[in-house]
Amino acid sequence: MNLTAHAVEWINRFRTCPVTGLKVNKDAENLVKANAVLAVVFLLVGALAAVGLVLTRWQAVHLLPADWFYRILTLHGLNMLIFFIIFFEMAVLYFAGPILLNARQPAPWLGWIAFGLMSGGAILTDVIILMGKADVLFTSYPPLKAHPLYYLGIIFFAVGALIVTGLFFAALVVAKKEKTYEGSVPLVTFGALTAAIIAAITLVHGAATYIPTFLWSMGLIELDAQVYRLLFWALGHSSQQINVAAHVSIWYLLAGLTVGGVVLNEKVSRVAFLLYILFISMASAHHLLVDPGMGPAWKVWNTSYAMYLAVLASMVHGFTVPAGIEMGMRLRGYTKGTFEWLRKAPWGDPGFSGMMLSLVIFGFLGGITGVVIGTEQINIIAHNTMRLPGHFHATVAGGTALAFMAVTYYVLPLIFRKRVSLWPIAKIQPYVFGIGLTTMSMSMIYMGILGVPRRHWDISFSNAPFAVEFHSIVYVVQAVFGIGGLLTATGALLFVAIAVTTVFFGKPLTAESIQQKRSGIPNGILNPPKQIHQGPNVNPTYKAGVKGTVILVAIFFACFVLYYFVNWKILSFLWKVG
Amino acid sequence: MSEKNEMHSAVVPPTGLWWSPVPRQEKVWITIAFIWCMILFAMMPLWHIRGGQNPSGVRGKVKPADYVARTMQFVADYQVGTENGIPVVEPPAGSDVYLLGRMWSWFPVLKLKKNTEYTLHLSSADINHGFSLYPMNLNFQVVPGYDYGLKITPNQAGDLRIICNEFCGILHHMMVGKVLVTE
Repeated sequence: MNLTAHAVEWINRFRTCPVTGLKVNKDAENLVKANAVLAVVFLLVGALAAVGLVLTRWQAVHLLPADWFYRILTLHGLNMLIFFIIFFEMAVLYFAGPILLNARQPAPWLGWIAFGLMSGGAILTDVIILMGKADVLFTSYPPLKAHPLYYLGIIFFAVGALIVTGLFFAALVVAKKEKTYEGSVPLVTFGALTAAIIAAITLVHGAATYIPTFLWSMGLIELDAQVYRLLFWALGHSSQQINVAAHVSIWYLLAGLTVGGVVLNEKVSRVAFLLYILFISMASAHHLLVDPGMGPAWKVWNTSYAMYLAVLASMVHGFTVPAGIEMGMRLRGYTKGTFEWLRKAPWGDPGFSGMMLSLVIFGFLGGITGVVIGTEQINIIAHNTMRLPGHFHATVAGGTALAFMAVTYYVLPLIFRKRVSLWPIAKIQPYVFGIGLTTMSMSMIYMGILGVPRRHWDISFSNAPFAVEFHSIVYVVQAVFGIGGLLTATGALLFVAIAVTTVFFGKPLTAESIQQKRSGIPNGILNPPKQIHQGPNVNPTYKAGVKGTVILVAIFFACFVLYYFVNWKILSFLWKVG
Repeated sequence: MSEKNEMHSAVVPPTGLWWSPVPRQEKVWITIAFIWCMILFAMMPLWHIRGGQNPSGVRGKVKPADYVARTMQFVADYQVGTENGIPVVEPPAGSDVYLLGRMWSWFPVLKLKKNTEYTLHLSSADINHGFSLYPMNLNFQVVPGYDYGLKITPNQAGDLRIICNEFCGILHHMMVGKVLVTE
């Protein structure tokens, strides 16, 4: 092939996005599509499983028998926490790398091999679970043993994901070398880079966990139950930190796309991302605070991410994201009073409402409760109670999954080039999911405070040698939990329906349809806000500051301090133990 | 604070020098957050010195078979009765108390005295279990191969339950034990 042919081929692999003006690489675009579609498929599996779980834990219904409850619980955990979320994150990496940087996708064939490994591994693991060969729950703590193919499926999946993070790093190098952008990478790409680095660290822990476990399941080596718990959570918790870095990046992305939200200070936001890389992997300790294998110094140092520097990072983003939105709205003229920018925000745009709900649920509900139960001593009154799933549904489902849903309302028109189907439902979907999830999480936390265990088929303890009587309020809270859980699952299933009908039957997004303001086009695409603000207006607005955000974070801080010290007080009533 | 002529979103590659001074409100928030993080950290060592509830314990490795043997000896030494086929054991003040978790029961039933210190040992004969004292809501992980010795002082009399709160197989929900605290 001569040079001209090369150039023609190169040109043909790109299209120019009519909305953003970005040069979109078709290889990257196809990989985004494939990974996003599979993410939605696994979300569907996980959401259907969730319905079974909610209807079983709600003791008045108690739908599934014990074996199927634990089987479906295993399925739900893996499909939601690993398959759905990581497939979506792969799509985020293909988007934030080549597409945002106007660059080509290096070695797309390798991306398809990774895709094959990941989907093959996930399907293998799911089949083994449904055959009843792996009733070991998400954590599969040895000596509880699953079929070897269960572990092998997860290993395939992890290898595939590791390849994709490698391709993302390669894309950054290629873009830099071929000078496809000027200056530094955008903050969104920087955030995705953090996610990719944490992912690489996490997946190495994944190998250290699952490869020995796979060998052990075939009877080849011995395993130590405590060492497994340490390594597993270096995978299990760190993978949630990939999510944090990814969904914080999406908050910044959607803030820009929906309302022209700005980056108040690049230095602050980037250093905050850097803190995630440096400290967040220490969170394995959160799961081992009342374990016999480690001493207090190890627990205190690691559970606090070396003196809470990763918490500091999240508190920084919790300020800079809403502050950037406020500043963006003020620059667009919404300057009246303290909260005009918030009142007049596009709440009917699911990209915006989903992002804001994700921010609030992650911060107030997920973040605060997480720091509190991750405190060494307070963990004594929380470990393995319903407070745990209450906390992490707020972070992972309310924070990460909701942010992913919100950004999908922009991925569908911008990448799939379709108008979003079932648009009236799409506009309320984030609210259904967010309100359901908040209700569910809060009732789980409350049940946990009353001592209700997590991962438990029957809290009436039928046939146990001693009767356990829970306070009657537990059964009232369970009903609230049931309704919240069903609402959350409805929100997730509506999302799946919207995504699937759009991808397969959606009407194409054309310049004409944008002009005519047809249904199914988010506000940020109908009226694209400026991504760069210039002019005499900028400096005075900047100097006037973000008083609305200041009030919001003050409320957040008050809740945080109150909840933290109330928990110490509760702890002090217990038996002396040490 | 310096002049600002341009602001951009997070999808725009910043050009030029972006290592610029931080706006005042952001700086104040970061300072408050940092101080708060230091308080969060300091509370844990402080509670080790001044607080009554810490998960430190006396920790060591133990072969499951050895731990079972120790528990059997403990039962033989101090058994005072039987309840639902499970021995009831009343150890003397200050002694080592052995509690065994196994699929799917807690062994034995413990009879303790209020305001008396014991060293409660926890371990498992088979897989992971979860020690959850109800309604006190005191929770510890029970790991096979490890002996978790916790100094405990019951502070009120009562009839308590031990719920297993780590998934341990199909009859996990039947794994309920009993602790009786007398005046």
